[in-house]
Amino acid sequence: MPTLTVDGIQVTVEPGSTVLQACEAAGKEIPRFCYHERLSIAGNCRMCLVEQEKAPKPIASCAMPAADNMVIKTDTPLVKKARKGVMEFLLINHPLDCPICDQGGECDLQDQAVGYGLDHSRYDENKRAVQDKYMGPLIKTIMTRCIHCTRCVRFAAEVAGTPEIGAVFRGEDMQITTYLEHAVTTEMAGNLVDVCPVGALTSAPYAFHARPWELRKTESVDAMDAVGSNIRVDARGTEVMRVLPRTNDNVNEEWINDKTRYAVDGLKRRRLDRPYVRRDGRLQPASWEEALQTVAARIQGLKGDEIAAIAGDLACVESMAALKDLFGTLGSANLDCRQDGSRIDPAQRAGWLFNSTIAGIEQADAILLIGTNPRHEATLVNTRLRKRYLHGNVAIALVGEGVDLTYPYEHLGNDAALVQAIADGSHPFAATLKNAQRPMLIIGQAALTRPDGAALQAAARALADNCGLVKDGWNGFNVLHDAAARVGGLEIGFVPGEGGRDVAGILDGARSGAVKLVYLLGADEIDTAGLGEAFVVYQGSHGDKGAHRADVVLPGAAYTEKDAIWVNLEGRVQLGRRAAPPPGEAREDWAIIRALSGAVGQVLPYDDQRSLRRRILEIAPHLAAVDQVTPAAWTPFGTAGQVAATPFTPRFADFWLTNPIARASATMAKLSAMFGKKGEEKATGTHG
Amino acid sequence: MSHRPIAGPDAQPAHFAFSAENLEKANTHIAKYPAGKQASAVMPLLDLAQRQEGWLTQAAVRVIGDMLQMPYIRVWEVATFYTMYNLAPAGEHRVQVCTTTPCWLRGSDKIVSACKKTLGIGLGDVTADGKFGLTEVECLGACVNAPMVQINDDFYEDLTEESMTAILEALQRGESPKPGPQTGRTSSEPLGGLTSLTTLDAGAGDD
Repeated sequence: MPTLTVDGIQVTVEPGSTVLQACEAAGKEIPRFCYHERLSIAGNCRMCLVEQEKAPKPIASCAMPAADNMVIKTDTPLVKKARKGVMEFLLINHPLDCPICDQGGECDLQDQAVGYGLDHSRYDENKRAVQDKYMGPLIKTIMTRCIHCTRCVRFAAEVAGTPEIGAVFRGEDMQITTYLEHAVTTEMAGNLVDVCPVGALTSAPYAFHARPWELRKTESVDAMDAVGSNIRVDARGTEVMRVLPRTNDNVNEEWINDKTRYAVDGLKRRRLDRPYVRRDGRLQPASWEEALQTVAARIQGLKGDEIAAIAGDLACVESMAALKDLFGTLGSANLDCRQDGSRIDPAQRAGWLFNSTIAGIEQADAILLIGTNPRHEATLVNTRLRKRYLHGNVAIALVGEGVDLTYPYEHLGNDAALVQAIADGSHPFAATLKNAQRPMLIIGQAALTRPDGAALQAAARALADNCGLVKDGWNGFNVLHDAAARVGGLEIGFVPGEGGRDVAGILDGARSGAVKLVYLLGADEIDTAGLGEAFVVYQGSHGDKGAHRADVVLPGAAYTEKDAIWVNLEGRVQLGRRAAPPPGEAREDWAIIRALSGAVGQVLPYDDQRSLRRRILEIAPHLAAVDQVTPAAWTPFGTAGQVAATPFTPRFADFWLTNPIARASATMAKLSAMFGKKGEEKATGTHG
Repeated sequence: MSHRPIAGPDAQPAHFAFSAENLEKANTHIAKYPAGKQASAVMPLLDLAQRQEGWLTQAAVRVIGDMLQMPYIRVWEVATFYTMYNLAPAGEHRVQVCTTTPCWLRGSDKIVSACKKTLGIGLGDVTADGKFGLTEVECLGACVNAPMVQINDDFYEDLTEESMTAILEALQRGESPKPGPQTGRTSSEPLGGLTSLTTLDAGAGDD
């Protein structure tokens, strides 16, 4: 490990570190534009110059490997002068449009110009002007501001895996663009805005909406998929203006996908902002009192097995726990949080968690994907898989629909029977898994929602056992969830109790008349036409399919409008925080259920969220470990059965429109129209 | 600041394919590099495509990208970096007049005006029939024979207005004028004839 001196401070850094990292270890801040910890080193902005003893001239610290006995100085007059010179050149062609630039207030160039800029310009020639480029509907470009750091080029090629951005022409004429100005075809495009150190790439949907200093920043958790990306919700007044990623190396590193970032405009549209009750065949506005009494009156006349509840993809742990308790007191076991009809065995945690953890992917050396397209179902997991691929020495194979995952893989075929073939060792990939140190499999919901899903889960379990996927300190059995609510629901047991009906059973019951009241907690992805004559209560945030069918609508809060517990696909407990109030008369979801419990005369024993959370910890004590994953014991699960030799179907009809918030979002509608059902490019800007 | 003409979408042919002969050459170039490093062959392939079509079309960029398994933008970066790839039709005879200091001192301004007059086009233009393109270039390294022009792969040197006009008119007639110095001297020998080594002494230096 090299030991060097930075400004008289001795530091020891990891082998392979750069001088810049050594300077940071010594607590020295080094200005930079092109250097980014998670991208390859370019060394082209020259802002990070430092002085090295015995070197003839300043060195670019980001590109210089740290070596033993180096003596680095970061605050000499020479360094200051060199950086001032670099800054002067960068500003020569940079427009003075900060007052109308969306990056203003959070701009690396602006900030560093305060430290290293001159107070006037010595350049009296014409500044360079560059035509703006089209990069898709999410990225607004003002290319005159570009300082050619090539962070976007490297991000697209390395992290996103879509090498579509490049620098064309040369010297002063160099321009950053996509090939023939096609839209970038990545679900990670919003991160280009984050990596851009200046205002050349800015967020198109957010253009001119707010200034960073006007925003109230709330650290929260995303609910668009089951990854639980750490986000910062920026709100002004009651309105969520934008979502940015927070760094969490265990989950999303510092990226988020475009649905997480840009679906928030759906929070303002199609909102349920007051209760509704169906009268004369039409949903009509009602007071809370009236709505709750209507529901209570219905429930009181029914037996426990005549009522049922289904939780949707955006339900938080608190609301599911409260609803479970309420249905418990009403004597109903008809509960299910698997609205997609997943056959997953809810009894054992190891059977439905992503046991290897997301960060664990980086240790895997053989990866088998079963019936999943992680690029759409959990984009940030796919980003980790790509990161693993880039690191080399890994065998990745897919059983399922062959799609572009941004990294090459061995396509074993699209036939569910292959899972059994690998499990019994008759398929050659079984040997690859057996010979690997850290083998893992990832099974997606496209597999588990099939009629033979339970058998597939059991086959995957057998595969894990036979191919040595579970060993000391390593569990390579992973289920890929794609709904934020699912793991939380399974953790607290929002699943059919003894003799209870699952989603299919509830729908059958509603059709036959055996189930007379169905409580939908934000469940929109079910076959609402199949609810028959049942009385439907819909609690949720958006006027989507569920509310359409409902007899009573109880307006709830969206994920940005409540303090809530979310459990991601690894089983990681994370806290979402309220960034804005729910609109109109809408209320936090657990409070609605608590109020309803009072109306039906079965008052739930918690008056505030604290006591509700205490109750949740009684049901699932391991949820107390916030930001942690409690590993699951490798206990038996699954029901072995016959796996049909049929292909897996894609999980999503349309990646951009998977939940009520996304469906209400104008930006998501635009992306859906553009990239089509499978996220493939249909039309681009050059085609009008 | 250079302004390189790029053909718009309407001027781009929809398809490109290497001729059988060029495909063989292309494969020879690709075979020079180890497996997985075939992208190294991008420059000779771009040149082959340009020689085949007269200029580098977008269709050719894509075909080469597919052949070398390179993203199109990576091929396009190379094509735009080097000024000798023509991104728009550049004329069957591409006249490149050197106007850098030595040629300029020796009268390249007159050569430029002779070209403009004979061809009826300005710098950076292509004649209506697509036969000639005229561009101004930086030093081509033949200063000792200044002024000079390069037409396709040939240097024409020691030019005067008259000899320049004669060369262009010969090309217009479909003839192939002799490249090299137009004053009759060989290569860069002294204009007034050799002053040393005038006789060949086969035995010199034998001792």
